Amino acid sequence: MTATGITTPRPAPTSGIAVPSARRFLLWTGIVVLLIWVLLPIYFVALGAFGGRLGVFRWPKSIWPTDVSVAPMMQFLGIEGVFSALINSLIAAGLTVLFSVLLGAPAGYALARYAFRGQTAFRLMVLLTRAFPLAILALPLTVSFIRFGLYDTPFGVSLIHTVLALPFAVLVTQSLFMGIPREYEEAAWVFGCTRLQAFMKVVLPLALPGLAATAIFAFVISWNEVFAASILTVRERTLTAYLLKVLSESPLHYRFAGGFILIIPSVLFIFAVRRYLFAVWGIASK
Amino acid sequence: MQSATLRAVAVAAVVFGSLTAAKAQDTIFYSTQLRPIEEATKVREVLLKGVPGKVTYVVDEPPAFAVRLKAETQAGKRTISLVGALHGELQPHVPDDLQPIEDVAAKVSNLGIPANLMQLGKLGTDKQQYIPWMQATYIMVANKQALQYLPAGADINALTYEQLQQWAKAIADRTGQRRLGWPAGPTGLMARFFQGYFYPSFTGGVVTPFKSADAEAGWNMMKQLWTVSSPNSTSYNFMQEPLLGGEIWIAWDHVARVKEALEAQPDQFVTFPAPAGPKGRGYMPVIAGLAIPKDAPNHDGAVAVIQHLTKPETQIKTAQEVGFFPVVKAELPADLSPGVKLLSSAVSATQNAKDAVVSLLPVGLGAKGGEFNKVYMDTFQRIVQRNEPVKAVLEDQAKVLDTLMKQTGAPCWAPDKPSQGACIVD
Amino acid sequence: MTSRASWIPYALIAPAVLFLAAFFIVPLVQTIWLSFSSEEGVGLANYARMAGDLNFSLAIRNTFLLTAIVVPLQVALALLMAVMLTKIERGRDLVLWVLTIPLGISDLAAGLAWLAILQNTGYLNSALYGLGLIPGPTGWLTQETPVALFIGIVLAELWRATAIVLVIVVAGIQLIPKEFAEAAEIFGARPWTRFRKITLPLLKPSLQSALILRTVLAFEVFAVVYALGGTNFPVLAGEAYTWQNINQNYGVAAAYAVLIMAISLAATALYLSILRVRPEQQP
Repeated sequence: MTATGITTPRPAPTSGIAVPSARRFLLWTGIVVLLIWVLLPIYFVALGAFGGRLGVFRWPKSIWPTDVSVAPMMQFLGIEGVFSALINSLIAAGLTVLFSVLLGAPAGYALARYAFRGQTAFRLMVLLTRAFPLAILALPLTVSFIRFGLYDTPFGVSLIHTVLALPFAVLVTQSLFMGIPREYEEAAWVFGCTRLQAFMKVVLPLALPGLAATAIFAFVISWNEVFAASILTVRERTLTAYLLKVLSESPLHYRFAGGFILIIPSVLFIFAVRRYLFAVWGIASK
Repeated sequence: MQSATLRAVAVAAVVFGSLTAAKAQDTIFYSTQLRPIEEATKVREVLLKGVPGKVTYVVDEPPAFAVRLKAETQAGKRTISLVGALHGELQPHVPDDLQPIEDVAAKVSNLGIPANLMQLGKLGTDKQQYIPWMQATYIMVANKQALQYLPAGADINALTYEQLQQWAKAIADRTGQRRLGWPAGPTGLMARFFQGYFYPSFTGGVVTPFKSADAEAGWNMMKQLWTVSSPNSTSYNFMQEPLLGGEIWIAWDHVARVKEALEAQPDQFVTFPAPAGPKGRGYMPVIAGLAIPKDAPNHDGAVAVIQHLTKPETQIKTAQEVGFFPVVKAELPADLSPGVKLLSSAVSATQNAKDAVVSLLPVGLGAKGGEFNKVYMDTFQRIVQRNEPVKAVLEDQAKVLDTLMKQTGAPCWAPDKPSQGACIVD
Repeated sequence: MTSRASWIPYALIAPAVLFLAAFFIVPLVQTIWLSFSSEEGVGLANYARMAGDLNFSLAIRNTFLLTAIVVPLQVALALLMAVMLTKIERGRDLVLWVLTIPLGISDLAAGLAWLAILQNTGYLNSALYGLGLIPGPTGWLTQETPVALFIGIVLAELWRATAIVLVIVVAGIQLIPKEFAEAAEIFGARPWTRFRKITLPLLKPSLQSALILRTVLAFEVFAVVYALGGTNFPVLAGEAYTWQNINQNYGVAAAYAVLIMAISLAATALYLSILRVRPEQQP
């Protein structure tokens, strides 16, 4: 992301004046409170996930990890269906990444580099999708998916997830390409590159980190989506759909184990993209 | 439009099911029973052990089950070799989807399955449609701490609704906590309480007397009961958890859904039949059967599974592992775990009660089973939880029920009197 | 900046357009069609069934109430977090990461996490019990404690979805030229005044995006509510799910979907007109 000219991910301090120490104390107290607010629920669900059946009934509960073990979690992972749901989720999310980048990046590039009739209409259509509760569209899609043999496949799920991720991919890549000076590309043309070569050799390497961030966001969108996935699958469920269906008939400790499994990848993803988060959103919300 | 959609969904399910599930010699065993993950795991790992060949155990909710079975027939492409479902869930699939299995009936004839159960398995035809698989019912469980509050003169094995109310009230008054609990959560079986226990006890029927004066009196009793019931009841799906946690001292639920509590702390609990109302002691036996669909890809495999599951040893194991009781002649061993003993004593007390009013599970509703349950749960919500006037709500919901029965054309089932055509509300 | 028109841009956007047409426009039209057709033919039967259902008015009320409370709170909390973040220098990366973790957490998982805290024998009750405030396990998520249940859902939603607003707001704050703030400081403006007169107006485009996004998502809220309160707190998307999957009546489910779409569109239009962003305000 270095030479792209996009806003730096680090917020510039608004003033150079040192904060007085009393206020500094207040500030850090506030920040610690906020950190605890975010982390505590994750910690508790982890305790529930590793505490097993008896842990759920213990009263009153201790906030310390007394008698937790990996056994309940291993038991949960051993249940028939969990593992294949996990695989389905990975397939659906992987395909969503592929489709949204492959479809979104060219459109973003077109919006960034060309003026053409229908540009406004296209941009409007993309923006419009954000105003709809897209997952709801899964209801009628069941019918057409059946007709085309897409029903109950991770591939079918990834298509609707791509609708969710695509507008985002278009807008982000548009800003990404706008941030790469056109002159670089023109210079490459001067040296005899074709447009495609210029794009591949000059633009793509510069855009790669931003594209990676876009991809990871698409992944997270798909990984977390519940509604469409549970409507479009019967047996080949994604993890969220599987958990929604099965956990309603399961004891609490299994539910916590399921919740914990869902949270872990999210934490890692956000860690992986934390440097791009703000650049990406700063542009997408323009 | 709608049924076309349903059918289309199911056809797709079929097409993909066949792609993903079956290799040639797999026996796909498709069941509406033993769905929760822990039970399904026990079926796969314990009950189906020792069957020759590979058996894939797949579970689904009843409405999806009905849709899929019909759709496979329509698509002419069968993936399922064996189905396991409740009596009422199998009924709508005769004669289109099920293969009569007289030959299998002959093979299991020496197992001592009671004649009346075998008769049920003919589903009103002259050929055997399913082989009884296992039976269960609903019972009451109480924590021993509750017994000291039992009203004077009340026999726990012959309770009435009034006595239950007094009992729960005494507990609430003395301990400060309402500890009577119901499985009225989103996936709880509360609708079955109304259909198999409450309505038969108060009105002697299920659909026909839906808005009768008897029903009105019953709902007023229910309101009374609710004032001494735990407010968390609308979140409970399985009563074993709040029973174990000590939140609930008296509960009604399916045997399989209280089993864990009885197994974990058998000394802590007593079991007994559900209470009686003015028309008797409503009681809903749950009979699950095994049937073979037409054109099953692995008929022989299915027969082998049926023979395995109806073996006395397997039947006893079924009782021990998942709390469903044998349909064959099988002496439950003396070293039965204390939890299962508690279950079986309440089941036999219920079956042998002099005032029992037997109520069957709904029959012939197919995919509308969900909406049928909704009628009873909506009525409950409106009358008991939202305190709407009883008569008006019953009038209202009776219309919904009537429309539903006419749409499905389902005839009356016990304890309603048999009807010509659809079962309608009086 | 941009070159002359040719076939190239059309070729570049064509795949995205075709994709959106197939998987967005077509199902959109189908949803609307499905909602008007039922066993009795084309008409308003599904809408009548929807409006006559006992949960309908509750679901409408609950969804609007939840949106009206949660979205403003999220914006306020996100602004607070963002301002705090601009004040710290060391460890900002770490703080930022932690504060944005919920961004990647699904609503289902968030509901489960809060269930661990709020259930009868959960951590909240254990803490209250330890402090001697309650005699034993107490239910907060029941139909008889609607206020507590509502607060529980609000907390879970705040926890889960404030991060997205935070990201948008922080990104917006970066784009504000720092000369503005410095100039204001020279003229002696107090921090609160600076925030109100400079930061907030310049953040308007970001706030508009955040509000639209969060409001649309708030109307779709479902899994958090389902995990915490089961059916004790009916919301629109939850009803759509129930009609589709449990009652197996697709027509009524589609009617709910269309209703949710209509409300979302109206809300978006409202925000666009109230928070009109003039070109010169674009940072």
